[in-house]
Amino acid sequence: MNIESILEGWLLNVVFIFLISFIGIFLGLLYKGFDRKISAMMQSRIGPPIIQPFRDVRKLLTKETIVPENAIEWIFNGAPIIALIAPLVALMYLPIGPFSPLLEGYGDLILVLYLLAIPAIAMAVGGFSSSSPYATVGAQREVVLMMSYELPLAISAITVAWKMNEIVGPETNPFSLQVISSNPIWGHVGLIGGLGIALIVFTLFAVLPGELSKEPFGQAKAKTEIADGVFVEYTGRNLGLFYIANTVQMIVLASLIITLFFPYQLSNLLERWIILQGPILPIVEMGVWALLVDVVFYLFKLLLIIYFGVSLVRVAFARFQIDKASYFYWVPISIIGLLGLLFVVVGATV
Amino acid sequence: MKLSKTFDKSLWVFHVNSGSCNACDIEIVSTVTPRYDVERFGIELVGTPRHADVLLFTGPVIKKTKERVLRIYEQTPDPKVVMVIGNCAGTTGVYYDSYAIEGPIDTLLPDDAHLIYVTGCPVRPENIINGVKEAWLYLEKLRGDQV
Repeated sequence: MNIESILEGWLLNVVFIFLISFIGIFLGLLYKGFDRKISAMMQSRIGPPIIQPFRDVRKLLTKETIVPENAIEWIFNGAPIIALIAPLVALMYLPIGPFSPLLEGYGDLILVLYLLAIPAIAMAVGGFSSSSPYATVGAQREVVLMMSYELPLAISAITVAWKMNEIVGPETNPFSLQVISSNPIWGHVGLIGGLGIALIVFTLFAVLPGELSKEPFGQAKAKTEIADGVFVEYTGRNLGLFYIANTVQMIVLASLIITLFFPYQLSNLLERWIILQGPILPIVEMGVWALLVDVVFYLFKLLLIIYFGVSLVRVAFARFQIDKASYFYWVPISIIGLLGLLFVVVGATV
Repeated sequence: MKLSKTFDKSLWVFHVNSGSCNACDIEIVSTVTPRYDVERFGIELVGTPRHADVLLFTGPVIKKTKERVLRIYEQTPDPKVVMVIGNCAGTTGVYYDSYAIEGPIDTLLPDDAHLIYVTGCPVRPENIINGVKEAWLYLEKLRGDQV
């Protein structure tokens, strides 16, 4: 390898990193728009236009950015940046539609789980550093909630990895997201195991609103009780960064669910169908069109998961008290997750 | 700092009760209900003045709330618009000459504050939305100017 080819590969990676970050932010804001529109329609309102989140972010970036006098300035300004970077990095490790992850081989599911925890920590740290009592209460709630949903999240990840270890054998890394997404788990588990995986999917869907601080688990930024909680002192650019970070986190979580449980591609099926039609249809080279079909299918899956995991739940349920929310994750959801693990293990031995 | 063209399409509103009888507050809440749904214009009620672009003051400023009103005004980041909701907030209305009152809001806020008056006792939701339209006209004037 000479210097030029190394430099070329390096440059290409930098270009891809910017491209994926840009796509992540764009998709995040777009799906936030869908989420707001859909939940407005469910409440029989007209709702904002789809591009409303872009307008909100643009407005926030032009507003004055205030740092409170008693705040610790570098933590206060640094927290939103870290909260945005962590989900963007997580996006580099996740397969997006038909494309394999950019940083394939450098990290796996466990790293993604750690990266998912960082925005919550950044929110809590930012809240504590802002010196407002409301923000302190919100940050405490955020930390309590994070400690509650980490266990069910870990259970779901471990169940999938354990089963994957059985499927691919000991030579391959069962935590690798590329391995998980190329071996759809449903075909290998049987009936009892399938029930277990369904319970695990439910667990992960229950973690989704908590991870995003969306409505039944929005205690950390409860508007009506603690004045937007951790974000109470955030203005302008910093608030805009948190806003974007939350939407990117939504894309990362939905992509993670797709990777773990629904990694199917439409183009394979379509190709097989065209071949089955035989003489009626001319056999065409799918090529670029296959990629396009898969990307559209991936966007559709994202929409479905965000609809069922975020919008529907957000409209249907009111906010829990923080102790009830913590109990909800520690007891019922953890038990459901462990039952799912048990079923998968039993299904494998029977 | 120049305002973007879409700035006025995403106004976040913070609602302050500076001493009203609650009637105007209820009318404000009714503008976010499905019947009027101001979210279709990008308007959102927020929980803290730090996030707000528009401050809604209801009621005359009484002695207990004067400090808070001024502090909330200062806490709001620029550029900002103040909407004075109801006859009491604009003129002290039926509380005229009361011993408990510091005066209408426009006598207390700094001179450079931009006020939009929405009249009525209580105000009608349609009139509040009309006030938002006037806020848009004001913000359109700010486009291209230094704020």
